[in-house]
Amino acid sequence: MKAILVAESRQGTLLPGSYETLAFAEKIVAEPVMFLVGSQASLPAFPGRLYLADADVAGEYNPEEHLRLLQEVVAKEAPQIIVFLHSSYGWDLAPRLAFALGAGQVSEVVDCQEGAMVVPACNSKLRRVVRSSGDVTVVTLQAGAFSLANEPGGSPQVELLESRHDGQVEFLAYEAGELGGVDLSKAEIVVSAGRGIGKPENLAMVEALAKALGGEYGASRPVVDAGWAEHTRQVGSTGQTVSPKLYVACGISGAIQHLAGMKKSEFVVAINTDRDAPIGEVADVLVVADLKQFLPALTARLSA
Amino acid sequence: MKILVCIKQVPDMESRFKLNAEGTWYNDQDLAWRMNEYDEYAVEQAVQLREQLGDGEIVVVSVGPDRVKEAMKKALAMGADRGVHIKDDASHEKDPFQIAAAIAAYAADEKFDVTFTGMQSQDRGSAQVGVLLAAHLGMQAVTTIIEFSHEGGMTTVHRELEGGLKAVVRVPLPALFSCQLGLNTPRYPTLPNIMKAKKKELLTLQMADLLKASALTTTDETRYPEKRGGGLVLEGDVADQVSQLMTILKEKTAVLK
Ligand SMILES: Cc1cc2nc3c(=O)[nH]c(=O)nc-3n(C[C@H](O)[C@H](O)[C@H](O)COP(=O)(O)OP(=O)(O)OC[C@H]3O[C@@H](n4cnc5c(N)ncnc54)[C@H](O)[C@@H]3O)c2cc1C
Repeated sequence: MKAILVAESRQGTLLPGSYETLAFAEKIVAEPVMFLVGSQASLPAFPGRLYLADADVAGEYNPEEHLRLLQEVVAKEAPQIIVFLHSSYGWDLAPRLAFALGAGQVSEVVDCQEGAMVVPACNSKLRRVVRSSGDVTVVTLQAGAFSLANEPGGSPQVELLESRHDGQVEFLAYEAGELGGVDLSKAEIVVSAGRGIGKPENLAMVEALAKALGGEYGASRPVVDAGWAEHTRQVGSTGQTVSPKLYVACGISGAIQHLAGMKKSEFVVAINTDRDAPIGEVADVLVVADLKQFLPALTARLSA
Repeated sequence: MKILVCIKQVPDMESRFKLNAEGTWYNDQDLAWRMNEYDEYAVEQAVQLREQLGDGEIVVVSVGPDRVKEAMKKALAMGADRGVHIKDDASHEKDPFQIAAAIAAYAADEKFDVTFTGMQSQDRGSAQVGVLLAAHLGMQAVTTIIEFSHEGGMTTVHRELEGGLKAVVRVPLPALFSCQLGLNTPRYPTLPNIMKAKKKELLTLQMADLLKASALTTTDETRYPEKRGGGLVLEGDVADQVSQLMTILKEKTAVLK
């Protein structure tokens, strides 16, 4: 079996997540061939064949051109599987390739078993085992689901692809996220508010607990999107990554994108009315309670 | 301008899910249903675009059994003009390729200028249907947008990337955009608009009449995840929970001074 592994480059630098595709290829025992629209100056440590297109010409976001380049490689290599990350790059490009090849796509793979892929459903409350029926399969991998046992090493044998600057979608610029504000990444204690707080006034309970514990407060995305907390307090894949000694998740369900930002925490306490909430999977202690009762009670005890 | 919005009805994610008899998906009895969260942003963006332009038509389409009309009525109450229900009692057995093919079969002759979808559904989460629909229709697609503007015939969007970075992208129409959380603030339908929505056209088409393609992927089974165990669950009286948690924090962490 042969696998095309689609690596990613952003602002001229190879994204380390690219190695997760290599880990997946090892797991399914496939011969890996890499594909990258990137730069000679930032190549993956990989001892195999790498098809490289110059991102300065093609652009880092140019789906039509990236698709054309990938199709060229697929035609040359005739792989059985094409592997992307389930990332802003991967979920954008993978279905285009699947469509062009008439191949089935399986998204956000977390595991594989006997030729089928395991994917999450319903905010990770369920797992689905999915199989593609054709000769070629396209998959995207959940970030962090596969990792290499050893440090990657070696240098690739580069095959240059000729890229063009074609395409109707015009990339104009990158825009950085908001800067400044609180740096949660250094906090030893983070108490985060989720949508379960119900209304903005209840954020005060979370802040009060954070204060009583001598920590900072953070938030899940819906709390930030609603404008109840500033973006610099958002924990998750599109916010901050924290690794405190104690993380308290208040009214947070535990979506994978939230977990991505807090799973390195040493000790996790979750307060949730839903005993089945996926946050329970990573919590050392799950307190099944209404946070409106529990938080003030805990804060009072700490301050006593 | 003709605008299409694709929405899905999904169960409340706080539900306790049971499996169906075949063990291939959740049992759809006794669940609370709502519009897929991402799609609320899609509907809102369509309504805002029409408001900005001062004219235009918004069609909302949804695939599934009769109950999905509830979600469609919400979209109509938010401001969509008419609905097209692609009726399929076994929509959970269709794969993303088929769902996109069926919507494309309907949309092909309608010549929509702009299509909005959610970036993914909360239950399946494949994040494929939007991009596949655009591919079926031979138009551009840009995924995961968190800003949308249409000025002087130009459509400019911000795509959300990882870690807070955004890519600013300009796209010619017709095009499809998949909407990410936070794109806008979805409005709550007002009572008068809910009443008005009841009189809006809601056409039903049959899946079998639209879908010719077979599935490219199939579900072997759906199951619960393996519990990683470990975690302690505290239930019961709040005062007891507080005492127990205090003891645990003292024993297991160094944060209580
Ligand atoms: C590309 C992408 C990037 C994303 N990036 C991020 C990110 O960086 N950070 C992030 O957080 N999310 C992110 N998300 C969103 C993520 O998928 C979830 O939608 C989000 O994390 C849900 O936030 P939540 O847990 O607060 O809300 P919900 O999922 O709605 O959960 C609310 C929880 O509160 C509980 N609850 C309700 N009432 C109470 C009560 N009274 N007491 C106690 N508990 C209660 C409920 O049982 C539920 O578990 C991203 C999504 C995508 C697609």
